[in-house]
Amino acid sequence: MMRLRMYYPVLVSALLIVALHLVLAAAHATYYMTQVTMSAYYALVVIGLCLLMGYAGQASLGHAGFFAIGGYTSAVLTTCNLSAFRDAPAIAALRSIGLVVQWQDLYGKEVLSFSPWLAFGAALLLAGLIALVIGLPVIRLKGHYLAMATLGFGLIVYRIVLGAQLFGRADGVSNVPAFRLVDGLQVNGRALFRVQNYYIAWVVVLAAMVLAINLVHSRVGRALRSIHQSEEAAHSLGVDTYRYKLATFVLSALFAAVGGVLLTHYNGSIGPSEATVMKSVRYVAIVAVGGMANLWGALVMGVLLNFLSLRGVFGTYDDAVFGAILILIMLFAPNGLLRVPNLRAVSSVGRASALAFQRVVRGRTTSTRRSHG
Amino acid sequence: MNFPQIVQYSLSGITVGSIYAITAIGFNIVYCTTGVINFAQGEFLVVGAMTAISLSRVVPLPVAIALAVLLTTALGGLIELVFIRRARDASVLRLIVITIGLSIVIREAMLHIWDETVRSLPYFTGTTVSTITILGAHISPQILWVLGVSAVIVTALTLFFRFTTVGRAMRACSDDRMAARLCGINDRWMVTLSFMLSAGIGALAGCVISPVTQTQYDMGAPLAIKGFTVAILGGLGNSMAAVVAGLFLGLLEAFTVSQFAAAYKEVVAIVVLLLILVFRPSGLFARRDVSALRTA
Repeated sequence: MMRLRMYYPVLVSALLIVALHLVLAAAHATYYMTQVTMSAYYALVVIGLCLLMGYAGQASLGHAGFFAIGGYTSAVLTTCNLSAFRDAPAIAALRSIGLVVQWQDLYGKEVLSFSPWLAFGAALLLAGLIALVIGLPVIRLKGHYLAMATLGFGLIVYRIVLGAQLFGRADGVSNVPAFRLVDGLQVNGRALFRVQNYYIAWVVVLAAMVLAINLVHSRVGRALRSIHQSEEAAHSLGVDTYRYKLATFVLSALFAAVGGVLLTHYNGSIGPSEATVMKSVRYVAIVAVGGMANLWGALVMGVLLNFLSLRGVFGTYDDAVFGAILILIMLFAPNGLLRVPNLRAVSSVGRASALAFQRVVRGRTTSTRRSHG
Repeated sequence: MNFPQIVQYSLSGITVGSIYAITAIGFNIVYCTTGVINFAQGEFLVVGAMTAISLSRVVPLPVAIALAVLLTTALGGLIELVFIRRARDASVLRLIVITIGLSIVIREAMLHIWDETVRSLPYFTGTTVSTITILGAHISPQILWVLGVSAVIVTALTLFFRFTTVGRAMRACSDDRMAARLCGINDRWMVTLSFMLSAGIGALAGCVISPVTQTQYDMGAPLAIKGFTVAILGGLGNSMAAVVAGLFLGLLEAFTVSQFAAAYKEVVAIVVLLLILVFRPSGLFARRDVSALRTA
């Protein structure tokens, strides 16, 4: 009963997604779907970061770095030209099982490179490994120190993609091929594939949401929330706080990397602007507006704010808007905009009614817990 | 590398290092009274320099700099009154996020006020080409200005914190805020004052370094990272150690540039930051008990 109820929003959002498609199609404005698709991939980063910030209570100012690691790894592997090694036995073997493929670039030139699936796997592996290596020492830090360390990591990634010839310096990597998922389905940014990509992106995002929801409602999720509330208390109750935090850090990095890979194939390119500190701050701002420990808030805000930003609504004030959002939310609504007013606010109106209210709520939660267990 | 070259690199390292030290001291002043790292510290340097550059077109240079320092000091106070004071009960995470937001908004405001042009103040004495020869190395007289002003700032702050009533009250607040309050110290004003002070010295540092490094609207963030690295290296709250750490980082960067591509100069500070965070988050010169800060 309880388990089904937490998936209702997934069903509702699936319906909303289809409805949005129909509305846009009826209004002859399907071109909006391109930005919605891109926003959905950015929202993937936000969902991961929400797990880390909202549930494990750890700030990361370096998530654009993981997004870039995913995107750049896939971009480099799928665009590197292996034609010179055509006859090498290793390449031939990979080619026979479809991990090295031949395709034509924009100018009709034949390119022999790694298949997107292989690149996708490699990107996730690399992002996960880097997150683990960085996370092992860094996740022990708290507050400022963790924020600064992740910021430092993000800056290093930015400097590397900006400075290395392999990553195209300031130009980034372009001419990234489409990602053929199965026959007939491919991550491709051309107008012809707009509708199917809209649905591909949303299937990925909703799958990520289901995963995140399951995690939050599992033993792991309870452990994470206990860490967020009081790390010492959680620790004293035998929760291995360090391991849970580290695992969440790696998982959220993987979410970011998936977003990076798919958006790179969708756009056909990636540039250093994806790795800037400002991008990382933007993801943090979105999680904050969504209400920190609120996955649906993060998803809604992630899609909405990124969509507005991509449409150029904020103009030259794009970054300023996200900075202002951070300040205002943290000052006036630290629980986010999409939160049910919490009970403490009610109690200032009438203590007695609040107590009665709380009793009802408490009764309900205990009864559901009883029926569940 | 011959001897004059070594002197040359050392002097340029000490010059930027002293600016890092001033930035780190700015971090420390605010950290001591509030327990918060003000991510907008780097922006104070840029605001100060930019204001002075604009003012220097209408008033003489010393007046322009003095006015710029005053205005930035006021900005620091304003930020504390409007934003930080309102959130004084907030968690550290929230306060960090607020100061990050502030740094972005200030930077974007500067972009819209002063655009992207790289500007600089005129040299305080002499011109771009005038040099002084020290031990065979040719240096700009501005470098002496930077070192002199930095030394004055550090000395003045030390005297201020040691001998004036207000300075002592601020130290009392950083030591034990409740006890300070019980002694009749208005701790809220001490927090405001700490923001003003850190903004003021930041602005002055931004002005003296402007002729050498030029000033652009987005220079604040890298300066803040380096200032923070230095502050951590010396141990948060320890301003004397910050001077040593600042000079160390400046020298390290200068000699890195002499050996590797300039693009990796930025990476040096960040690698130092990550190493120190991982291995000795309480700083190189820290006493044992300060390491409790790691969980602060």
